[in-house]
Amino acid sequence: MALWFNKESRSGLKLVSAPFGFSLLLLAVPLSLMVLLSFWTQDYLTLDRTLTLNNYREIGSHPVYALLMKRSVIISLMVTTITVALAFPMAYYISFYGGKRKALWLFLITIPFWTSYLLRIFMWKIILGYNGVLNSTLQGLSFIDEPLTFILYNSNAVVIALAHAWAPFAILPIFVALEKIDRSLLEAAHDLGDGPVRRFFRITLPLAAPGIIASALIIFIPTVGDYITPKMVGGTDGLMIANMIQVQFSKANNAPLGAALAVTSMVMVGLIALGFVFLNRRWLRRQA
Amino acid sequence: MAKSTESPMVEINAVSKSFGDVRAVDGVDAVIREGEFFSLLGPSGCGKTTLLRLISGFEHPDDGHIVIAGQNMDQVEPNHRPTNLVFQSYAIFPHLNVEENVAYGLKRNGVSKDEIAEQVNEMLTLVDLSGYNKRPAYALSGGQRQRVALARALIMKPKVLLLDEPLSALDRKLREQMQIELRGLQRTVGITFILVTHDQEEALTMSDRIAVMFDGNIAQLATPQELYSRPKTRRIASFIGVMNFVEGTLRKVTAKTLEVEAGPFGKVTMAPDQMPAPLEPGAVTVGIRPEMLTVLFSAKEKAEIEVTGVITNTAYFGDMTYYSVQIDGIDEDVTVSMRNTAGRRVLAVGEETRIGLGRESLIILS
Repeated sequence: MALWFNKESRSGLKLVSAPFGFSLLLLAVPLSLMVLLSFWTQDYLTLDRTLTLNNYREIGSHPVYALLMKRSVIISLMVTTITVALAFPMAYYISFYGGKRKALWLFLITIPFWTSYLLRIFMWKIILGYNGVLNSTLQGLSFIDEPLTFILYNSNAVVIALAHAWAPFAILPIFVALEKIDRSLLEAAHDLGDGPVRRFFRITLPLAAPGIIASALIIFIPTVGDYITPKMVGGTDGLMIANMIQVQFSKANNAPLGAALAVTSMVMVGLIALGFVFLNRRWLRRQA
Repeated sequence: MAKSTESPMVEINAVSKSFGDVRAVDGVDAVIREGEFFSLLGPSGCGKTTLLRLISGFEHPDDGHIVIAGQNMDQVEPNHRPTNLVFQSYAIFPHLNVEENVAYGLKRNGVSKDEIAEQVNEMLTLVDLSGYNKRPAYALSGGQRQRVALARALIMKPKVLLLDEPLSALDRKLREQMQIELRGLQRTVGITFILVTHDQEEALTMSDRIAVMFDGNIAQLATPQELYSRPKTRRIASFIGVMNFVEGTLRKVTAKTLEVEAGPFGKVTMAPDQMPAPLEPGAVTVGIRPEMLTVLFSAKEKAEIEVTGVITNTAYFGDMTYYSVQIDGIDEDVTVSMRNTAGRRVLAVGEETRIGLGRESLIILS
């Protein structure tokens, strides 16, 4: 951070000062307020402003919070795994076989975003429901006798809906990483004796790793905190930590506890994300 | 041990390759001998790189066949060919260090760890990179990348090493040094090298034989000396070095002599080998290299053929001076190069001078 001292960086700082102030106001200040709030307590209708760790003790003593956090992380990791696994072949196809139509393919990928997220979740309700598209089709084809019930109003439905919603976000970073691979590296590997499978595992995959890790991060961080999807299609056993936070801020009227939950899950997500970043760093350092 | 034997290593038989409407390689025939340093020389877009990629297997010919070491390569993929390619960009694997890059092709073959390490060190010594084993790819300079690419290809013990403009990314000094090293390396390992280049100087200094390519065809395949002194066409002559051209007429061709009217040089009788490509009597181009022309400084100096001209430009290079001389009967100014030996003065622009030449230094071109 010796940047502060030279003239050029001072003019640079002036340039970023507006966005910096903006993010300070809209990010740092609310965050600090929330952290402060988490050390206060709700006393019926008033806030008790004495600093205390009671909210965190409460979180530690009731297993329901740990359960919700664990479930959130598990659902989110599942979503991440599925999304990245599905996104990779798509990104690979566009990058290697897209030819002149790469831009068109990328454009097509954004089509789901043309409708609102709520509508897309409703769509999943229609597809996955008891008398939904999927069940009636399978019954019509006599594959099943009774409608499947494990696909809606539980964590499976949350995973499906989230994986669908986040697919484009996973495709783009992987696509960019694949695009950056110099094709002559693959030719060199071919020339040095590798067939297609070995080329993929020795060249393509390691060089695409930063993109894969980046998309995992992009999917994991926001999905842990998602609360609309579990609320709409998650039933009771599909609820996640964000639903609990929302309840604390609204119905339960215990904003300090909600804040403490938010801070706790933020720390947890931060730690897991750091793990991803560390993995990414190791790759980046080798490739710089 | 430049053991350029007569046995063929790469046989290119009537090979053609088109990309869309563009015929990149158009019915090329050539035989590259075992152990020789062979160059494909031509301007960009002449098809030399495509021909190299056909030999390495990254492209397959539309017509014709390529035979390497007696084996037809029609259905053979690059990973099963006895060739290895040094890429123009070097294609060093960015996620691997020097050692891992060089060992890349060996690891697949189930060679033991100790043996790999031994061979890698041997190769790194050969390309003058010993001790760089653990150096990561990004910390290598251009010249070092080139050496790693060479070691990585040579460790595979290919029968033919293909080099796609390997020196074009290096600065001039390093390039000249690498030319000498590459030639030395080829002599040490005794492998057939096929080099693609657009740099005629590079091709002349390194090669045993050169194929000059224009528009998807080999225009001439010859040794560097032959190519320089006996180019077949005007185009080849002007691509390789500098050549002065005089419009002339071929009068008579016999088994022993050629009679030519060579513009201001008058009527000249030449030997048959001064016409590299057989031509019928009629209009021809007569060519002469700048170093074959002499400025006759004093009246005492005589030459077989003499003409007078006016200096229009001089370029002083220290050891050499290049003159542009306007001579009646020649459209373009003639270039004359003179070595600046002791006591020899440099002529000024506008001076009239006599230019002398020997008739054996003329060549007849189509």
